[in-house]
Amino acid sequence: MFHRESGVFKTTYGADMALYPLPIAKWTVVALAVIFVVIIPLSIHEYYLSILNLIFIAIVGALGLNILVGYTGQISIGHGAFMSVGAYTAANLAVKLGLPFWITLPAGGLMAALFGVIVGMPSLRIKGLYLAIATLAGQLIIEWTINRVPAISGGAQASIQVDRPSLFGVSFDTQGSLYYFLLFFAVLAIIATLNLVRSRIGRAFVAVRDQDIAAEIIGINIYRYKLLAFAISSFYAGVCGVLYTYYFGIANYEQFQLIVSIDYLAMIIIGGLGSVLGSIFGAVFVTLLPIAIRIFMENVGALFFTTAEMANVISGLRLGVFGGLIIFFLIVEPEGLNRLWSNIRSYFRVWPFSY
Amino acid sequence: MTRFVRSWLGVAATTATLAFGGSQAFAQKELVFGLQCDRTGPTANVGTVLCPGYQDYIALINSKGGVEGYKIKVLEIDNEYKVPPAMEAHERFKKEGAVLEGLYGTPQTAALNKKLEEDKILGTSPGFGTASAADGKRFPYTFPIAASYWSQAGAAVAFAKEALGGSLKGKKIAFLFYDNPAGKEPLPILEDLAKSEGFDMRTFAVPAPGLEMGAQILDITGRYKPDYIITHLFGRAPSVSIKELKGKGFPLSKVVAFVWGSAESDIIAAGGMGLAEGYSTMQFAGVGKDFPVIKDIEAMYKAQGKAPPKEMDSTVYYNRGIFIAALHVEAARNAIKAKGGAMPTSEDVKKGMEAIKGFTLGGFVPPMELTPADHEGGGWVQIWTVKGGKLVKVKDWFQGNRPTIQKHLAADASKS
Repeated sequence: MFHRESGVFKTTYGADMALYPLPIAKWTVVALAVIFVVIIPLSIHEYYLSILNLIFIAIVGALGLNILVGYTGQISIGHGAFMSVGAYTAANLAVKLGLPFWITLPAGGLMAALFGVIVGMPSLRIKGLYLAIATLAGQLIIEWTINRVPAISGGAQASIQVDRPSLFGVSFDTQGSLYYFLLFFAVLAIIATLNLVRSRIGRAFVAVRDQDIAAEIIGINIYRYKLLAFAISSFYAGVCGVLYTYYFGIANYEQFQLIVSIDYLAMIIIGGLGSVLGSIFGAVFVTLLPIAIRIFMENVGALFFTTAEMANVISGLRLGVFGGLIIFFLIVEPEGLNRLWSNIRSYFRVWPFSY
Repeated sequence: MTRFVRSWLGVAATTATLAFGGSQAFAQKELVFGLQCDRTGPTANVGTVLCPGYQDYIALINSKGGVEGYKIKVLEIDNEYKVPPAMEAHERFKKEGAVLEGLYGTPQTAALNKKLEEDKILGTSPGFGTASAADGKRFPYTFPIAASYWSQAGAAVAFAKEALGGSLKGKKIAFLFYDNPAGKEPLPILEDLAKSEGFDMRTFAVPAPGLEMGAQILDITGRYKPDYIITHLFGRAPSVSIKELKGKGFPLSKVVAFVWGSAESDIIAAGGMGLAEGYSTMQFAGVGKDFPVIKDIEAMYKAQGKAPPKEMDSTVYYNRGIFIAALHVEAARNAIKAKGGAMPTSEDVKKGMEAIKGFTLGGFVPPMELTPADHEGGGWVQIWTVKGGKLVKVKDWFQGNRPTIQKHLAADASKS
């Protein structure tokens, strides 16, 4: 992951596809596991854990959208709606039937996958901006339905309270325990995606993205794979919605409106389309940057502004700097943070003997 | 792959430690209040006026030596009307040792209800959140502290009854509402009252973002021809409704709006105060500048050699900011007094909030009484009407159809 040999020495396809190209990569993963499972939760304040928790949830959602948009090339602005499908499915199952999270979570994902396939059907006939508008319609229809059908939404407030998830009598009710709960699913999502994209299915997705007619000619059933991409992507979105539901203790469709779909698109575009690491970078960047700007301004801005002015300055500056940095990063590297990172890595691969 | 996460966190952590390490060492006699705000999101028109009001009142209290000898430090975080930043803001307040926090936004309040209870920090949600949060037994750490949409519905019907000559029997009332959960919330109360008062009610939903309601207004004025209209809209929608109703020739004196359709800016955006003659709105805090507390803030700015902020002219939202701040300060005052001057914990402040009674701030705050069971304080509103180019108070603090509201609260509590 952080270590590379000083040149290209691979001689077999197997070596090229391996998740661990070098033995030391395995140790990096072990070290990361120790850091994330032991060192971070025991050493940092609960507040930082809560930020990490939000990042973990965002990673799951961003990975799902990247499978669809980045790997398969199908634009979707209905990601937020699929999250709400997952959220309400899980909340209804948890409250009405009293089911535990390890049933409601996959159930929410599966229900979202089903709706994803339905909303994704137009992708069989249309592409690009047309598809974007079709998925936008999906987003609005799902929002409207949840708002208007009390059987789904649980009443006029359209919000269903759920209890904290618990396993073997242990309730995940603090940021610290929720950290492990969410870390588990974020890691699961990362591993699943890493393996998905190097499998037959993942390569088919990429073929559909790059040139769907060519893909069809070489024997890829594009109907099947396009719908499969929608299903898998929506499954991730549904799980993301369920995680939000358990994290906040409530399912509420106002958390999953159009703006959320746009936020997630921003994440994967900033992070890098068609890359797992890019989804993670994007989720981290979009979640953390506003917070970092605010904390920076609270410390530095106090030198220039009064308290009353600060509140306005921070809000305005945060939007401005956030937008500016997105433009800056995309000009420096249009393929996102992931490419920026790999450029840095390949520069150091042969450093200092670059010739 | 996650080095990036770590390095960013490292940066954040270092900055934070450097900064807050310093601020932890402040004088011990300081209380921290958290305030969530929306200065840049979809409801920025409210937040950019309301939050300065809050800040100014706290500055006023601090300039007078603080509350019972404690200075107040406000930590304001802009949640952009999004839910994840609201959770982050709450955790930050908790880390900084906030004894209470002001929530902002209905979905944000819903998402934080549980966390507030787990962390034992009270959150106030005037004009946000669910009506059932008035029940302090079910939502022990959520304080609406102002009339909920249910109470507003009760008050609107009571006011319509007065305006229509004391009886609603056989009358027709149209309810024009924003089609989201907050907009639909008053429906059960209105339906119940329609039965008991014997009036006919029809509802007209306006889809988000509420800028286009020609069809609904035409339906109301052309077909239904109601005797009275109750509107419950947000954002830019209230001014559109005023303009459309005026355009169709419906008398605005037969209209009463809920609390988020009632700012000067809404009426001015609809074409000016002159055009909206007769339009009535509900308020949960005093309106105008004719209060001692406003004079004090003006004097405070004058003493600093500055002009009063321009937000002050938008008195409806600015005063609501003062209203929230005043109740926060009062809760802290009660808590400090109960502890005999010692530093109160967040739970003491919660008890202090539940002890607020007879605190009116010169008619600015309703004669509310917060108790462990009633976190709404009774659901008081005032009615203000546009008369001669300005908002004039036509009905002082009152509770409309209180028994119906209490019946619904009890039914809602038994259901869960």
